[in-house]
Amino acid sequence: MTVIDDISDVPTPDAKLAPLLEVRDLHVEFHTRDGVAKAVNGVNYSVNAGETLAVLGESGSGKSVSAQAVMGILDMPPARIPKGEILFQGRDMLKMSGEERRKIRGRKIAMIFQDALSSLNPVLSVGYQLGEMYRVHQGLSRKDAKAKAIELMDRVRIPAARERVGDYPHQFSGGMRQRIMIAMALALEPDLIIADEPTTALDVTVQAQVMELLAELQAEYNMGLILITHDLGVVADVADKIAVMYAGRIVEDAPVHDIYSKPAHPYTKGLLQSIPRLDQKGQELYAIKGLPPNLTRIPSGCAFNPRCPMAQDICRTDVPQLHPVGTARGSACHFWKETLGE
Amino acid sequence: MSEPTLSKDPESSAATAAEAGAPVVEAAEAAAAQLADREPILQVRNLVKHFPLTQGIVVKRQIGAVKAVDGVSFDLYAGETLGIVGESGCGKSTVAKLLMSLEQATAGEVFYKGQDITKLSGRALKAVRRNIQMVFQDPYTSLNPRMTVGDIIGEPFDIHPEVAPKGDRRKRVEELLDVVGLNPEYINRYPHQFSGGQRQRIGIARGLALNPEIIICDEPVSALDVSVQAQVINLMEKLQDEFNLSYIFIAHDLSIVRHISDRVGVMYLGKIAEIGSDAEIYEHPTHPYTQALLSAVPVPDPEAREHRERIILSGDVPSPANPPSGCRFRTRCWKAEARCAEEEPLLAIPTRFAEVDTPAKHESACHFAEEKDVVGAA
Repeated sequence: MTVIDDISDVPTPDAKLAPLLEVRDLHVEFHTRDGVAKAVNGVNYSVNAGETLAVLGESGSGKSVSAQAVMGILDMPPARIPKGEILFQGRDMLKMSGEERRKIRGRKIAMIFQDALSSLNPVLSVGYQLGEMYRVHQGLSRKDAKAKAIELMDRVRIPAARERVGDYPHQFSGGMRQRIMIAMALALEPDLIIADEPTTALDVTVQAQVMELLAELQAEYNMGLILITHDLGVVADVADKIAVMYAGRIVEDAPVHDIYSKPAHPYTKGLLQSIPRLDQKGQELYAIKGLPPNLTRIPSGCAFNPRCPMAQDICRTDVPQLHPVGTARGSACHFWKETLGE
Repeated sequence: MSEPTLSKDPESSAATAAEAGAPVVEAAEAAAAQLADREPILQVRNLVKHFPLTQGIVVKRQIGAVKAVDGVSFDLYAGETLGIVGESGCGKSTVAKLLMSLEQATAGEVFYKGQDITKLSGRALKAVRRNIQMVFQDPYTSLNPRMTVGDIIGEPFDIHPEVAPKGDRRKRVEELLDVVGLNPEYINRYPHQFSGGQRQRIGIARGLALNPEIIICDEPVSALDVSVQAQVINLMEKLQDEFNLSYIFIAHDLSIVRHISDRVGVMYLGKIAEIGSDAEIYEHPTHPYTQALLSAVPVPDPEAREHRERIILSGDVPSPANPPSGCRFRTRCWKAEARCAEEEPLLAIPTRFAEVDTPAKHESACHFAEEKDVVGAA
């Protein structure tokens, strides 16, 4: 018996040892009338159980599209995944049948959307929508599902859950609606939660409540969390590691402490300098010149080169690979050493 | 930029103030320009806006009112930026509309150079509006998609032809485009051909067209991407210096407000909770709501995660149709006592700080005002 046990502990492609989720060389493109928009161009990242990965980027950087590809909720067509692997617990989800993926979606990987009001069905009570998770996935009766829904609402600390279970989404405030979204994502105790700008639509005091709740529940269930956001402040508060995206690529990938103290990519550096700080009255803000690129016409070489203060000829011709910077860190810049060194 | 038409004429403003009987004008003339600067250009006194809630179709009865703005007072000085922050529903955008006379105030006064603009109408109002312009939040919906950029920026001249004679307008619009950092050759393009940041520049150019003295900016950068926000903020600061503009800068992003503002007012449920200079508000807040609001803002510094104190408020903002008695913040306040429910705290310098010279000495509407550094500014 002991021998067999030993064998199973050997790091064979064991689901337990591989990262919870690993995205490898993911490409997503959209076929539009204006041509092919390359939204995601070779993205790699991984998340372990209990870990928080923040995917940071501006609108159009491909952060949401890559998450939707992981979730399997892209509209295809117009979207297409020409290349890439999405390994969840060691298995490539892109090779699974629709039926298999449906078993994972909601049960193993759940998503929290930005706009709770438009993500919830306005003509069904929140109790019904929460209970749906149990009725569909676990075949519970209406009564049992409702009891479970109340339990969930309690867990995300919605006051008077028993009285409010029959209320409709419009009867809740923005923060409460986002709690319902979180409750729905948690319902089946998934291993991974993808939160796409979960607090962007909320006021700061409510944002703090919601982020605190999310962090608590994550620790409780030891879930992996992918937090998609454009807010450098929120990232600093909760993330373990960060992937910064620009024009469909990860330009910098690092543990959270490194990136803020010493960015290794000019884009990250520019972003950090361009945000005003609450605790400092700054001088003139540093502004990254120009605009994010059109995804149907991404500049050749490094996509950031037209806006980059350090761009040289090589940046216009060669696409920089993700160079390793120290341990567990990478920067897709030809001049990462110079960027770090300054 | 050196076009004379855009520069302000300080004498004319002094003259209007004198006509209105402003007491200090003569003294100011002799005194330094700095003293003259401290004469408020806009004085808001007890501004109130209640939106009636009615019942019945044929016979409408008023059954209540949404007290969106309920007694707001502040001064705006020439060349300064007054930031107004607060959560959604606190009334900050309604204040902006009242200052523009886009909404009729229920009560209270707004004095522009001694003249109460809430009582004005017709030609007199039009004349005042020339000097108070607005930049809106959403550059996607605030520009008419069927008008060219030239028409959008030039439209104010149709309403106020005295500012730019007809033959001169195209040149003026091109100048304005140049001032806000857009290529003057874009004059015949349509809004959809521009990005969000560029559209906001068009909105700013339109706001500048009539050489206003005051620009009210309602969330001017919140719809923009992070890397573009800084460009627009820098532009606004540059224009302020160039044309001696006064800004009322309304936003929910406390970091941006701190960056651009000289003074800051914090609003909660239709009232100002605390008002003071940026350092007074951000480093020495005395109102519990300000402290909670500031502590909730995530700071882009992971090192601060551990040693920052977070005050997490419970619950949501109460309905402005039925605000709590006494202090409006008491339902979410950890300091609330019986007195807070009975007696409404007035916006004034707290008596305990009145005698001492400290940065905590600024107006705060709390019975138990107490200084607390929540931002961790070193």
